[in-house]
Amino acid sequence: MATISEKILAAKSGRKKVEPGEIVEAEVDYVMVNDVTGLPAFEVFEKFNAQPIREKVVLIPDHYVPNKDIASAEQAKAMREFAKKYKLQNYFEVGRAGVCHQHMIEQGFVAPGRLIIGADSHTCSHGALGAFSTGVGSTEAASAMALGKLWFKVPETQKFVINGKPGKYVMGKDIILHIIGDIGVDGALYKAMEFYGSTIELLSLADRISISNMAVEAGAKTGIISPDKKVFDYLKGRVRGKYRPVYADKNAEYAETFTYEASDIPCTVARPFLPSNTAPARELGGVSIDQAYLGSCTNGRIEDIRMAAKILKGRKVHKNVRMIVVPASKQIFEQAMKEGLIKILMDANAYVSGPTCGACLGGYMGVLASGERCISSTNRNFVGRMGHKKSEVYLANPAVVAASAVTGRITDPGELKK
Amino acid sequence: MKIKGRVWRFGDNIDTDQIIPAEYLVTGDSEELAKHAFEKVRPEFAGKVRKGDIIVAGKNFGCGSSREHAARALVGSGVACVAAASFARIFFRNSINISLPLVECVVDAEDGDEIEIDFGRGSIEVNGRHFAFKPLPKFLQNLLGSGGLIEYTQRKLGRKAHELASQA
Ligand code: SF4
Repeated sequence: MATISEKILAAKSGRKKVEPGEIVEAEVDYVMVNDVTGLPAFEVFEKFNAQPIREKVVLIPDHYVPNKDIASAEQAKAMREFAKKYKLQNYFEVGRAGVCHQHMIEQGFVAPGRLIIGADSHTCSHGALGAFSTGVGSTEAASAMALGKLWFKVPETQKFVINGKPGKYVMGKDIILHIIGDIGVDGALYKAMEFYGSTIELLSLADRISISNMAVEAGAKTGIISPDKKVFDYLKGRVRGKYRPVYADKNAEYAETFTYEASDIPCTVARPFLPSNTAPARELGGVSIDQAYLGSCTNGRIEDIRMAAKILKGRKVHKNVRMIVVPASKQIFEQAMKEGLIKILMDANAYVSGPTCGACLGGYMGVLASGERCISSTNRNFVGRMGHKKSEVYLANPAVVAASAVTGRITDPGELKK
Repeated sequence: MKIKGRVWRFGDNIDTDQIIPAEYLVTGDSEELAKHAFEKVRPEFAGKVRKGDIIVAGKNFGCGSSREHAARALVGSGVACVAAASFARIFFRNSINISLPLVECVVDAEDGDEIEIDFGRGSIEVNGRHFAFKPLPKFLQNLLGSGGLIEYTQRKLGRKAHELASQA
């Protein structure tokens, strides 16, 4: 009896059944590359002397666009030229898109039951919609562009059950940080995570995407959530082509099962230099910050911006802090403008930029200097991730980022005065 | 196959930002990337690494981003193999796909030690001590041994072209 991952991999490799540990060659629905992983993929692709399977290829520049320097401009140009050369329809130019994983979802490439690969580790974000979606390298992305297929080792699956109503400012981000803090950065190594429970059912799609997004931070191959009405409603009028939801069998075999109570999960912060180095936000009040960053494929969605605006309304960013807000896509940016959220953020003295990966990976638009500390809604806090090797990144949910921006030190939003 | 080399020792959770920092991700060239390998955490690495050197590390080597640049930077540095207690999965895939041999094994070794890896027998010798490892599954051994995924894809495409021709 099979898990969601096993069922999708079996279906896509034309098999009735697959076992964990087996290596299969499976048909992929889409293969995505971004501007950083694209260039090496295109160089490899040229060696094949082949035509790409056009409808499967998606090209989304997001890491260093708008170009931050000449080298990144050349890299973005390579993607543009590759798209032209092979007449690829699914190339999304600056000003039309946003951070690749968000854009893949908004554009209806992602749907339940699909097998999607992306040359970016956070491709696992799509699991929130019930897809088997995983990060790959550039060479294999190139190979999949040519063959439409790729090898996969069928992972074992771990089951995570979270029950109950989360606290007021507790978001999907806190749940996944809490889990990573519990199982460690290799706690799900080579495995697929599946998330269940009444908490997951209550969560918005945005919060679920934050959870799936960070599955890779526990070493997982993907992080899947059973698709429900919230997903089907979201996909109406958006999804490309047909899809068929896949669910785990009742008696599916899991490598391990972990159970949590939402009420035990506080607003959680991951201290440098690992996402597993977690502590409750309220215990870190002594940590002052220089920058507050709200954005990325983890937490740059409209729900995240609404949350930050709610906290910043009528307040100001602390005089010692720069707050940087980067909506994850054009659609989100537009929606935030429509709702007046951008105005609220700017009135509070936040700096708002167009969508890009930017400082999330230490690229540009808010890179940290030596000794600087940032509270960030992103997903990684490795040494030098957002800039100088002596800078520090604390990972948190958007409410904590906004509350900390106000006080100038790490703050649980529940502590703010009314 | 057997290889002998000099050890560079690393700890647990060596992430891809440490192997190759993001600011150098503007080229896919192995030699170019190699100039910045481990720059933020072991600045001496790029200057002192020699062809045939072997990295010995703890668990979860290569965690973090999908950047194949990390595996390429090691290939460009001349690293012949990485032996680690465990690997992050995308790094693992990338290495096999570009023919950088990996061995999953807990090894007791220090910087500069001489190490010998016997892939066929699944054994490692260092300082007179032996460590055993489980060889890779056949499919991956073949991929690794026959020029990686590029060759593999070319062969498949050749076969595909041939199939099409015979159908025509
Ligand atoms: S926003 Fe950050 S984590 Fe997400 S794809 Fe961009 S660089 Fe990667």
